[in-house]
Amino acid sequence: MNKLKSTLGIVAIAFITLTAVSCKDNKKEHDNSDGHHSEMNADDNQSKMEHDNGDGHHDGESKEMAMNGDGNGTSQTILNDYFNLKDALVADDVEKAKGLGTTIATSLGNLDVSSYSDVQKADLKDIVEDAVEHAEHISKSAIDHQREHFKILSKDVTDMVAITGTENTLYQLFCPMYDGGSNWLSMSEEVRNPYYGSKMLKCGKVQKEIN
Amino acid sequence: MKIVKIIALVLLIAFVGIQFIPTERNQSDTVPKTDFMFVHNVPKTIQKKLQVSCYDCHSNNTQYPWYNKIQPAAWFLEDHIKNGKAELNFNEWDSLSSRRKSSKLRSIIKQIESGEMPLDSYTLIHRDAAFSEAEVEELINFVTQLKDSL
Repeated sequence: MNKLKSTLGIVAIAFITLTAVSCKDNKKEHDNSDGHHSEMNADDNQSKMEHDNGDGHHDGESKEMAMNGDGNGTSQTILNDYFNLKDALVADDVEKAKGLGTTIATSLGNLDVSSYSDVQKADLKDIVEDAVEHAEHISKSAIDHQREHFKILSKDVTDMVAITGTENTLYQLFCPMYDGGSNWLSMSEEVRNPYYGSKMLKCGKVQKEIN
Repeated sequence: MKIVKIIALVLLIAFVGIQFIPTERNQSDTVPKTDFMFVHNVPKTIQKKLQVSCYDCHSNNTQYPWYNKIQPAAWFLEDHIKNGKAELNFNEWDSLSSRRKSSKLRSIIKQIESGEMPLDSYTLIHRDAAFSEAEVEELINFVTQLKDSL
């Protein structure tokens, strides 16, 4: 009888442990997705607000106003999200970068490619597919991972701009130290390094002007 | 004391009960033409390493351990395999564009270098799946070369 009891006990403990492990896993995923959801909403609002500011700045440029107005499906939306994400990494703000990873993944997915040639469409689709994956990783990683993925995301966004063009002057900056040399894009010539943040804010130089 | 017995009994019944819940098994007899090993000229040693250390979760065919027959361990495995394949499926390698291949190779390098892959929970049981320092170096060299040649 005693033996039976202890056997039962062991089985019960094993069962509880295993269940707890699998429940914890599931729960974590839930929490994550919930977290993303609310962050996404918050950042959506935020980027909308920033769009509004943008409109204020560029009074009179009807094209830009129209583009910012619908705020969806344009390469400009993606660029705006990219710059916000870059700033979050510059500020070492992992949580904000997570939210913006989700935001840019959404705007990448919404990119309207209908006005491009077939070759360009295929290229853009390829770029978007790759970029979305990196953006999604950014939305759920620690900051060093976010920066690794940001490097490739930067390349994708740069390649996208080469096809879509942009109405603003962009600067391609280069940090020779990070991962054998890494690029990023910025609206400003001032070096504010997203790969190192506060650790080496000024590392890098302007490599190219894009317009 | 009676209550302990009742609880134990209930748990036992639950434990037996969940054994009947089916799981999806990741198994396939054929290796498609898009497989990484078909597309690239992969050295034998690296082929073997990839097969042992990666293919269980990153291909369409898993060599299941005995405890896969037991719930809830089976759910745990199913989840890992699903996520692993979504991230990278060596069987479907050639369906990726060169941009995406290059991205994936980069990630492979990072994951192996940092020791994040193979997962600790995997190498704990599959001792031979763990990478020695020499094996890490060999794989990284190969993948880096491959990436540069894309």
